[in-house]
Amino acid sequence: MSVITKIKKGYDIKLQGEAIKKIIDKTDCRNYSIKPGDFKGIRPKLLVKEGDKVKAGTAIFFSKDNEKIQFTSPVSGEVVEILRGEKRVLLEIRIVADERIEYEDFSNKGVESLSREEIISLMLTSGLWPLIRQRPYARIANPDTAPKSVFISAFDSSPLAPDKNFTIEGQSKYFQSGLNVLSKLTSGKVHLNLKEESGTSKVFTEAKNVQINWFKGPHPAGNVGVQIHHLDPVNKGETVWYCYPEDVVIIGKLFSDGIYDPIKIIALTGSEIKDPAYLKVRAGVNLDCILNNNIKNDNIRVIGGNVLTGTKIHKNGFLGFYDNQITVIPEGDYFELFGWMSPGFNKFSFSKTFLNFFNKKNFNLDTNLHGGERPFIISGQYEKVFPFDIYPVFLLKACITQNIDKMEQLGIYEVAPEDFALCEVICTSKINSQDIIEKGIELMIKEMS
Amino acid sequence: MKAIRKQVDKIKPNFEKGGKLFFLRSTFDAFETFLFVPNHVTKKGAHIRDSIDSKRTMIIVVLALLPAMFFGCWNIGYQHDIATGISGDIFSRFWLGFGKFFPILVVSYAVALGIEFAFAQFRGHEVNEGVLVTGFLIPLVMPPHIPLWMVALATAFAIIFGKEVFGGTGMNIYNPALLARAFVFFSYPTKISGVEPWVYLGDKVPLDGFSAATPLGNAGTGEFDKLASFWDGFIGTIPGSIGETSFVAIMLGAFILLVTGVGSWRIILSVFAGGALMAWIFNLIGANEYMTSVSPIMHLVFGGFAFGAVFMATDPVSASQTNTGKYIYGFLIGAFTILIRVVNPAYPEGMMLAILLMNTFAPLIDYYVVEANIKRRMKRIKLVKTEN
Repeated sequence: MSVITKIKKGYDIKLQGEAIKKIIDKTDCRNYSIKPGDFKGIRPKLLVKEGDKVKAGTAIFFSKDNEKIQFTSPVSGEVVEILRGEKRVLLEIRIVADERIEYEDFSNKGVESLSREEIISLMLTSGLWPLIRQRPYARIANPDTAPKSVFISAFDSSPLAPDKNFTIEGQSKYFQSGLNVLSKLTSGKVHLNLKEESGTSKVFTEAKNVQINWFKGPHPAGNVGVQIHHLDPVNKGETVWYCYPEDVVIIGKLFSDGIYDPIKIIALTGSEIKDPAYLKVRAGVNLDCILNNNIKNDNIRVIGGNVLTGTKIHKNGFLGFYDNQITVIPEGDYFELFGWMSPGFNKFSFSKTFLNFFNKKNFNLDTNLHGGERPFIISGQYEKVFPFDIYPVFLLKACITQNIDKMEQLGIYEVAPEDFALCEVICTSKINSQDIIEKGIELMIKEMS
Repeated sequence: MKAIRKQVDKIKPNFEKGGKLFFLRSTFDAFETFLFVPNHVTKKGAHIRDSIDSKRTMIIVVLALLPAMFFGCWNIGYQHDIATGISGDIFSRFWLGFGKFFPILVVSYAVALGIEFAFAQFRGHEVNEGVLVTGFLIPLVMPPHIPLWMVALATAFAIIFGKEVFGGTGMNIYNPALLARAFVFFSYPTKISGVEPWVYLGDKVPLDGFSAATPLGNAGTGEFDKLASFWDGFIGTIPGSIGETSFVAIMLGAFILLVTGVGSWRIILSVFAGGALMAWIFNLIGANEYMTSVSPIMHLVFGGFAFGAVFMATDPVSASQTNTGKYIYGFLIGAFTILIRVVNPAYPEGMMLAILLMNTFAPLIDYYVVEANIKRRMKRIKLVKTEN
């Protein structure tokens, strides 16, 4: 039985620089980095030192709060540099890859004959575990809990997002094997959520051992939080685990081939990319290697992820652990004379206060804030792009005032910063909602543990 | 553009920390951002942002107010002419009215902006442009004949005690522009009610038998034979506060607010619905002449009803924040307005008091709407539990 869920509230931001459907192999890049900062809320304890030789799957650091959760090297090679920031916070572990990648041996009896505990333990030691995240809080899943269900969002509705029907092609064996693993992790269902459109890959539609659900509507329909909210909402004390198709493939590979090999296909997008395309890379790859000569200008921002939720990275920086997209857009550090008074024929706005309804082209947006920060003034704005049965502004205010009871009642367990990204974009007052929610989640974790 | 920018950049250091004009920093900042959308880029969260900002929103409201303002200026001249028996043309009437309106506007802006600049400097935040709307609304809800010192006092009261003491824009409970009117209303009642203030005569003597009472004034004193017609109220050729008389000009403004989405259609619609329903109920009851003589549609075009519904009740900060709450809030404003007009003989006009009353209750309405949401979500847990 499959259900179609229609998401009405939301907005698709159409940007220039969509990736064309060709895959360029960049798995021969040599410089990699693991950034503990990619893993929200993790306090890392380092296991290697500069000069150590590692294999793909060798543990690099673990979480001080749950020592079982290990983070491993994406490649084999040598640890060349360990970067620390203020108060010796671990920033990066840089590794130069061997020409031929060697893998740690994680060979196993196969999914069917392994117990749930054995599966989890193998995922923990191989460094696969961080791919599984949980709601509430959008953090790495706690391996000691039992989720009521597992969610996989098989489409990304955010701007310029990679087409997962394209990136999953030809991986059905590993994908199915990964699904089999996930179905052993929960006593409930594994939900595979697809977009109602033509051209959905057979890898998805013919997947077994899952409940297939269909979604329709604008962004954030592809956000796993929205999907959980509509199908199996998280109440206090409940947990739902989730991951993404490219993660399922990596999981499948471990249980089929016995190796940790975080190869994925990412989209290189944005108006400042000369030749937007799909790239086959390993997690943590150096951007220099994949961006070389493909950027139009100097005054740009490189974003790991999409323009809504991604993180700013230096153009010589490294791909984040979870990133499946790189977006490059112009920086917006310019002044605009009477910008707020102009008719705005080509201005991007969700509101109808600019005469931009003749503009049918995709937008070339930069990072300008387009105004100053203000307190909450306009009401009813966020509700138009927030498809939850939650009052977003009231929840934000509860987070700002650190009112734990109210946060709980108003739905902090169901949301992640990414669910507020559109609210943040369209906000007249330029309020950083994602940051407020992130701080709210940090507070909840601190207070509830 | 480059030349202006260069000039601004040249004087900018004076206003920065350590500069000799640092005490004018917020003022400089206000003027700079008035000229230029700043070069600030996103630092946290989403990397791209909407082009809309608070300034854009406020300029749309000011734009929406212009038809009512232009008509109001003309109407001052028009009322002056019919009271004194002069037959002027459209321009002479407008300029006469503008001559009365403009000083009020200047005083209102000067006081409002002055206080806002000072508070922004003192608190170290940017000047909020909400004050541009407040400063424009205040003259429009004043009678043409108001002494300027009263405008200054009322504006100061409204901005300081209506807004800044609560923490500034976005934090206030009451609509500041209406507070200014309420201040005058209760402190100097003869200047804003009765017969005297509504028509500007200048040094001329009115014709015999001329009455400058507003339609609602007439209705309040039981002079139903003198009541203006529906069409007079619709076009706006009746005495009243400067911006409130013309239904059609206000509807032009409403159109701008609704098309741009700046004004809440939920509030505007429900204020009219509440008012019409209440007036209709009074018609049905028909206990006195007021109830039978003034039809629902006349109630909606007379006095400050339309102006209040479109420009005052929709103030997003002092109104209900939830969509459900907006219906309740608007409906009660409409209903209370008519209730005050018809049942309370002391106040011929009820719009101001109804909105201020509902401003008080807006947070309470929201509280119950949000509580209902919380209960619904709590119920979800129980449902899940019984299933297992």
